[in-house]
Amino acid sequence: MEILLLGGAIAVTALAGVAWSRRQGAVRGPRLAGGGEPADWLPQGADLGARATFVQFSAEVCAACRSTARVLGAQAAREDGVVHHELDVEDHLALTGRLGILRTPTVLVLDGHGAETARMSGAVTPARAGEALARLTGEQAR
Amino acid sequence: MTTSSDTRNQGAIDPRGPRLGAGITALLLAIVILLGASTAGLVLLVVIALGFVLGAVRGAEGTWQGWIFRTLVRPRLAPAPPEDLEDRRPPRFAQVVGLVVTGTGVVLGLLGVLTAVPVAAAVAFVAAALNAVFGLCLGCEMYLLLRRRGIVRAA
Repeated sequence: MEILLLGGAIAVTALAGVAWSRRQGAVRGPRLAGGGEPADWLPQGADLGARATFVQFSAEVCAACRSTARVLGAQAAREDGVVHHELDVEDHLALTGRLGILRTPTVLVLDGHGAETARMSGAVTPARAGEALARLTGEQAR
Repeated sequence: MTTSSDTRNQGAIDPRGPRLGAGITALLLAIVILLGASTAGLVLLVVIALGFVLGAVRGAEGTWQGWIFRTLVRPRLAPAPPEDLEDRRPPRFAQVVGLVVTGTGVVLGLLGVLTAVPVAAAVAFVAAALNAVFGLCLGCEMYLLLRRRGIVRAA
């Protein structure tokens, strides 16, 4: 009986861990209700980039938020027209509910008009950030 | 001033410390599960929960597992690059979550519901093993949802 409980706990750990690792920072489609509408929710002073805007929702208790902020900040510094904003969920709790954000970090990728084109949850690597930008550029070329 | 309080003042810790600590805790929790609904299991779960009390109050680096990492393990490892250092608040929040789960098992066990001991240990085992093996902090992932429902207050 006890050995079954331990075996079950190990199995749950392995399945959850692999599923979570695969989804870390993956670029997904937009999830905003009323999809494609320009963002009207950006706080004062958060300007849009001409090409793309990364809006990152972070929490103090979130370790992956820090690495993600470094990656996206570097991307914004390197590429023209790309902007990175980091919002603390503590100041925007209602907004996270409206935007359907479940965990931190969650990054919304906005196009030049402020419409959500993609989102990423979990630690974002430079490769994933590049992938999100490439997807955006591909859509604009069409 | 000890080194641990110096680390605390800086607010940044070596992320390998909490992960090693979670691994040690997961092994102990596995033993609790194997001991089943018994007094021996309850006693060991109390020991583990007391460790989480230390972690909730002083941070993950303030637990006895953190002490093992600092004195026995870290001197043998290459130093962590400064940019890899981690804020100490997420691991500390994880300690609070561990305390809630194991504490529930301890309280129910003391009330005579010994079945709760291995069950609480199994839940805590999953969280600790995910942290140790995958670097996934379950409590941190759930933080936003808990916060929005008003279950936890600002960290």
